[in-house]
Amino acid sequence: MSVFNQSRSTVIRLIIAGVFVVMLAQLTNLQLFSNKYQALAFNNAVYPKVKYPDRGIIYDRKGKAILNNTIMYDLEVTPTQIKGVDTTYLCQLLDIDTAEFRKRVITAIIKNGRYRPSIFEDLLPPQVHARLEENIYKFPGFALVERPVRTYPFNAAAHIMGYIGEADSGNIKRSDGFYRLGDYVGKTGLESFYEHVLMGRRGVEYMIKDNKNRLVGKYEEGAFDTAAIAGRNLRTYIDIEVQQLAEKLMQGKVGAAVAIEPKTGGIIAMVSGPNFDPNMLTGPEKQQNFNKLFLDVSSPLLNRAIKGQYPPGSTFKPLGALVALDEGIITPSFGIGCSGAYYGCARPVKCTHNNPGHAANLRLAIANSCNSYFTHIYRLSVDANRHGGVKKGYQKWKGYMNNFDLGVRVGVDLPSEDKGNIPDSSVYNKVYRNSWSSCTNLTLGIGQDMMLATPLQLANSMCIIANKGYYFTPHFVEKIDEESPEDTIMNAFRKKHSPLTSISDDAYEAVISGMQDVVEIGTARMAKLPGINVCAKTGTAENYRVIDGKRTKLKDNSVFVCFAPRENPKIAIAVIVENAGYGGTWAGPIAALMMEKYLNDTLRPERVKEVERIASTDLMPSWIIREQYKADSTRAWNWFKRTNDTSVIRKFMRKHSATPDSLKRYKDEKLPSPAPRPETRTTRTGLEAILPQQQKIKSTSV
Amino acid sequence: MNQRKPDISKGVDWLVVWLYILLVSIGVLSIFATTYTEGESVIQTFLSLKTDYSRQLLYVGIGAVLAVFILLTDSKFFTATANLWYAFGILLLLLVFPFHTEVKGTRSIMRFGGFQLQPAELCKVFVNLALAKYLSRVDTDFSKTRSQLIATAIAVTPAFITILQQETGLALVYFSFFLVMFREGLPAAVLIIGFSLAALVVATLLVDPNILAIILTAAAAIAIYIMRRQIKRQRQLLVIIMGIWFVAVGVQRFAVPYIFDNIMQPYQVKRIYDTIGKDYVPKDASEAMEIAQAPDAKKKDDGGDYNVRQSKIAIGSGGFAGKGLLKGTQTRYDFVPEQRTDFIFCTIGEGFGFLGSLVLLSIYFLLLMRIITIAERQRSVFSRCYAYGVASIFFFHIAINICMTIGLAPVIGIPLPFISYGGTSLLTFTILLFILVRLDADRQMVLR
Repeated sequence: MSVFNQSRSTVIRLIIAGVFVVMLAQLTNLQLFSNKYQALAFNNAVYPKVKYPDRGIIYDRKGKAILNNTIMYDLEVTPTQIKGVDTTYLCQLLDIDTAEFRKRVITAIIKNGRYRPSIFEDLLPPQVHARLEENIYKFPGFALVERPVRTYPFNAAAHIMGYIGEADSGNIKRSDGFYRLGDYVGKTGLESFYEHVLMGRRGVEYMIKDNKNRLVGKYEEGAFDTAAIAGRNLRTYIDIEVQQLAEKLMQGKVGAAVAIEPKTGGIIAMVSGPNFDPNMLTGPEKQQNFNKLFLDVSSPLLNRAIKGQYPPGSTFKPLGALVALDEGIITPSFGIGCSGAYYGCARPVKCTHNNPGHAANLRLAIANSCNSYFTHIYRLSVDANRHGGVKKGYQKWKGYMNNFDLGVRVGVDLPSEDKGNIPDSSVYNKVYRNSWSSCTNLTLGIGQDMMLATPLQLANSMCIIANKGYYFTPHFVEKIDEESPEDTIMNAFRKKHSPLTSISDDAYEAVISGMQDVVEIGTARMAKLPGINVCAKTGTAENYRVIDGKRTKLKDNSVFVCFAPRENPKIAIAVIVENAGYGGTWAGPIAALMMEKYLNDTLRPERVKEVERIASTDLMPSWIIREQYKADSTRAWNWFKRTNDTSVIRKFMRKHSATPDSLKRYKDEKLPSPAPRPETRTTRTGLEAILPQQQKIKSTSV
Repeated sequence: MNQRKPDISKGVDWLVVWLYILLVSIGVLSIFATTYTEGESVIQTFLSLKTDYSRQLLYVGIGAVLAVFILLTDSKFFTATANLWYAFGILLLLLVFPFHTEVKGTRSIMRFGGFQLQPAELCKVFVNLALAKYLSRVDTDFSKTRSQLIATAIAVTPAFITILQQETGLALVYFSFFLVMFREGLPAAVLIIGFSLAALVVATLLVDPNILAIILTAAAAIAIYIMRRQIKRQRQLLVIIMGIWFVAVGVQRFAVPYIFDNIMQPYQVKRIYDTIGKDYVPKDASEAMEIAQAPDAKKKDDGGDYNVRQSKIAIGSGGFAGKGLLKGTQTRYDFVPEQRTDFIFCTIGEGFGFLGSLVLLSIYFLLLMRIITIAERQRSVFSRCYAYGVASIFFFHIAINICMTIGLAPVIGIPLPFISYGGTSLLTFTILLFILVRLDADRQMVLR
């Protein structure tokens, strides 16, 4: 029997051998020739746990922390461990309903799975945290987790400090893989500019995770781990008390104030109005707060000190004089006779003075702010024979301006600075079809025409005068803790710029004396400080704004620049208050108080009252109310169109304007009457046509 | 043969026994490598009976006792009681229906206290005995179709009962007995047709139905053209070719879709699709639900081939020499599901790499070849059939189990002999093997 079919034994052996060869071939393929599986296994099982270092602290010049770290608490949930939780009680503590509770748990499961903790509610308010802390043992599966948060102990310097936020896709892309989703980065201000200094170095702990993403131990006993290195601290020139005072003074005003230490270029204070409390953007309600600030048409988030562009007006005059002096076109004794206007060109330029001799020399011309004098010397500078034509002469003059950091970015250590405007001659060529002369733009000599400057640039120009020709790029940070030569970021701020080389001290003395006269006998008398020689210049700048589609002349901007003390300048200030009238009315007193506070470290008792008076004055331009109304109602209308939800738009239907008061103020300023613009009108009629239907639908559905 | 004073070592094939001991040791080690928790005292946990590896060690002990008992038993006992065992096995299988405990979707497990029994596993021994008994009967003429059908019935009956218990994997094992029947004279055509049919089914899944029909038709036409001379002489041939074509197209067009839609569970269909690398789109929501709730569908949202993917990652990441004992991240941290049981090969593949896998495969290959050698040296047909049965069962388990871990076969939950964790399977394989060793020890005897 056994002989029978014996050959089949070989067949069976061959079948078995064949299958084993196939298996071996696949094993060879998987284990010897595919590299991807190792990487896959590594990714599967090793979780790089990022350890975040503490961000650096920012100190003011007296060593007070103005931007610090604190701990807030997140409530985390591990879905699998929720057992026997008194849901209603927890919901009551968190002030949410049970439906929301369920929704959040489901979101957590979707996001991180059931076994890993996810955030249930972040940044608990202190009182909620306290109540939860007592009761947390009643809620298995929930845990309070520390989370470092930025805090601004003085509630001040929002625009300077900036804030941090989660890295967006742009941050991540630009960082070349450095940032990951969920990382925090500085979004604006010093937080952003000094991001790499402040953030320190992240550490990575390689953890082993299991199939449910639970971390079960250290990978290779931590052989590959790197420690986190805390961010370094910044020492700034800011005087937080001056900053706070300036912020108080700028309350209810649109504009900016910048104070710089001329010797170093260190910025002592920088305020932009309207302002906001920086702590609004750190706590649990940061998103709502941000939205509110973002939608405010007065743009509180905008740092007008570096992004507001204003015609400098008369405050430019000392600079115009310096250019003429440097060029050797005038001497301090140069004078003109002014009879109340400049008639050198077809269109006369009015001057506020007409008494003879008020522009008999440079000092007097500055003290009296003679328009004729400065338009004249502007024309002289530009038309000087050796330039060979107005266009070349103008380019030379523009070169001076750029050297003063006017019309170019100053390079302050804040992101997204604007450069103001000193137009190129090509711009005039274009606008005037190539035929223009120094008469065309003669008001440049008195800081008008197309000239625009940021408050920071104006303050910097004061530094140049105070320093008699040199300046340092304005900046906040004096030094970085544990600074090393690799911190090239600081190099730009330690370089001395000397744009004016050939002006004699006498010439400077003339300009500075003129500016001191402005304080002693001229338009800036409110800035007088006992025992200190203050030099200043007021400006009252015409300005326009497009409102309801029309270019409208608004009330003049109040501009003020100054520095003090004359002999040893310690502070240079530029203040602009939009649509507030004369330079000496509002901007001047604000600058004066800042100077006094900084130089004397305190205010005289009678001056405290002055602080209150200024702080409580609301100078918000009335167009803001109108624009806000338009923006809000348009948004409400768009919202209604998208969702058919009438709750928001109804509010705007009842009233025809924002407030009865604002209507009155429009008339006072002879602004165009607030008749609704065509599109607003269609909005209303359109809505009225639709609303009844809406109500019908609502009533039937109820 | 002195049965009064049995000498268990006489005639025993020690190579097989040593291979057995080697495999069982590898098994305990692998289970240890998979389930040991860092920091525990190894000796203590090995003795505690609380961990899987210590329990496996206990099963090994029980297996050793059983093996000794079997070696002490008279060979004739197995031939004499073969049919009785078979009846007992069927009875056990039937008892499962009223007394089963549902574990992970299968209804094939009975529980006594803390002890589980899977009769479908154990029944393999009985079927093997009964089949050998039938084939070795003096009045069995295996060249007759009737005998072939009876033999098939003996092998396949338990398979059908097992399918009813939703344990398809184990049921498939019974089809490996065709290898025994092949050895005993089942026409090769049967196997060839079987393979062709399987190939056709796979082709049906892979190729667009219309194109496949055209290919089949073209093949038939070419066959007719080539054999046109013979056909002229023998009209029957044309009928046969047409018949084959008709059956092939019928299978491709109707039978496969019907079986997939109506007979098989959606999750099984999905697994077959996963293996051949196609996406299976559930026809409706209820089907999708069934797939999601399938036994050992660990990560529902991660595609059905999660197990295989993780297992391939585990084995692939082992590289040439492996990551070392207890160093495999895939297997240590539960990325591979069922890794103590069905996917135990991953532990070896990841921990000991290509070398380890090669060694294990060699041991298995050696064992199978040895068993076939043993089979061929038997004087008695019963012993030979039994030996081939053992070889077939082992071969099927090894091939399917390893192939599924490396992505060559659909995920069928059957254990790797001697290595996978599980008392029933270890004891079943031990009994299977040691009856063979016992029979082989008496290879000079003619058993009926």
